[in-house]
Amino acid sequence: MTAPAAIEAPAESAGSLTVVKARHPGRWIAGAVVLVLLAMAVNALITNPAWDWPVVGAYLFHPSVVQAVLFTVELTALGIGLGFLLGTVLALMRLSRVPLLASVAWGYVWLFRSVPLILQLLFWYNLAALYKYISFGVPFGPAFFSVESMDLIGPVTAAALGLALHQAAYAAEIVRGGFLSVDPGQMEAAAALGIPRARQIFRIQLPQAMRTIVPAAGNEIIGLVKGTSVVYVMALPELFYQVQVIYNRNGRVIAMLLVAAIWYLLLTTVLSVAQYYVERRFGRGQARALPPTPVQRLRRVLAARLAARRRAAEGGGEAR
Amino acid sequence: MSAPMVDVRGVHKSYGPLKVLRGVDLQVRPGEVTVIIGPSGSGKSTLLRTINHLEKIDRGYVTVDGEFIGYRRSGNRLYELRERDILRQRVNIGFVFQHFNLFPHLTVRQNVTEAPLSAQGRPRDQVEALADELLEQVGLADKADAYPRQLSGGQQQRVAIARALALRPKVVLFDEPTSALDPELVGEVLEVMKALARSGTTMIVVTHEIGFAREVADTVVFMDAGRIIEHGPPSEVLDNPRHERTRAFLGKVL
Repeated sequence: MTAPAAIEAPAESAGSLTVVKARHPGRWIAGAVVLVLLAMAVNALITNPAWDWPVVGAYLFHPSVVQAVLFTVELTALGIGLGFLLGTVLALMRLSRVPLLASVAWGYVWLFRSVPLILQLLFWYNLAALYKYISFGVPFGPAFFSVESMDLIGPVTAAALGLALHQAAYAAEIVRGGFLSVDPGQMEAAAALGIPRARQIFRIQLPQAMRTIVPAAGNEIIGLVKGTSVVYVMALPELFYQVQVIYNRNGRVIAMLLVAAIWYLLLTTVLSVAQYYVERRFGRGQARALPPTPVQRLRRVLAARLAARRRAAEGGGEAR
Repeated sequence: MSAPMVDVRGVHKSYGPLKVLRGVDLQVRPGEVTVIIGPSGSGKSTLLRTINHLEKIDRGYVTVDGEFIGYRRSGNRLYELRERDILRQRVNIGFVFQHFNLFPHLTVRQNVTEAPLSAQGRPRDQVEALADELLEQVGLADKADAYPRQLSGGQQQRVAIARALALRPKVVLFDEPTSALDPELVGEVLEVMKALARSGTTMIVVTHEIGFAREVADTVVFMDAGRIIEHGPPSEVLDNPRHERTRAFLGKVL
């Protein structure tokens, strides 16, 4: 049999054909509309004197504001650090084969997720009224020494403790979800190889669980940066409380709220970028090759542009 | 007659009302290759998994090189071992899974060295040299720094075999090692297993590869409905089966 005529050798070689890219006028129009809207929004922000930008500038790096930002960062770090530490312990308890541990962990999560954070903070703040002394010693037996609650748990400790204990309940569920997302075959393989139990958890399971844990944990951290603002009820000088103090004094409410908003934006930006790189770290081995980071991509585009320009200069306009 | 390397005696196992193993006896001598065949649901994989105590058994016992698996014998009593001691016993029993179960976040070399380092506490330089040697043996010396997802299924399974061998086990168990592979990748894994068999490794293999069984097995075991129906050299079980059920099964797969 002979081949159909249509498949006979093409008349031209592939090089002589030019590809004309498809045009997308709709995309250009949509882009232009969005750009105009964006320009209008920026214009409204800048030109309206009611926003009080000079005052914003004057207070953005005011020592008392910077101090408040640092305190906010400190509270967030304590809340997340202790919260996830305790949360991991709770998650492992919940996943353990000991029914009592699992039930206690479940009870903890139930309790601390059920009571509003602001209420929990007020309870911790008033702990000294509930228990005047805190004793250390044999359970239900004699105490070796005791201290006044007021000395041990001041307002700062109460705030950090309240945030961390509340956070732990959510962290426990996030960490547990991460462990559940790991293929059971991984544990089986680790067990079949005789790898010790603790090593199975921290070397085999946890790094794989991190892929699910990190995005959810990022949410929690960013949530807590802003969530620390509820401790203003304890009159602690975090960012939100501090700007309130200032605007009660100078009356520039909107400007001071803007100062706070800008700082929260900045902190969140730093955390979002950090999260991107942490995710990459735990993505090793998941994709065949890791995609380039935005910085790498930008560098590559610039290098390509530069090379093209150099070629054009050398070629003396020979290129079409 | 030498003492068996693996000795399975009167093993019963149920999942709730479902009886998966109903009194299985199996002896494997050192250096021998035993291939277990049978229809799905016949209990082949479960039997394999009882040998390294991935499955607990309800009745009977298993010994490997004279040591009770999962129990400590004192007089006429068997004391259940704690998890830590069971993990220690598993070091002597290599296991190759149908779905490889390589650790995806570790490189090929790290997959191979992990257990010798953490379970056996052997020195790192010695273990890494052994890993390179084993990867060479399975034809993957150039993939040591790759991650498992960058490899084909056949390559992953060969890494899994190297990982099992790195512990210097007394016996290696293979649970349908080629069932998850594309047909053109089956050969490379079987070649590695044949070389292993020739080197005198004690192996128990659950497989549907009848050709492999005929070529390599010293003993072929046919299982059905939780029992061993027939066992003997391949020339008997595969070519002159005595049982109707064996004949029916072979008629379907050959």
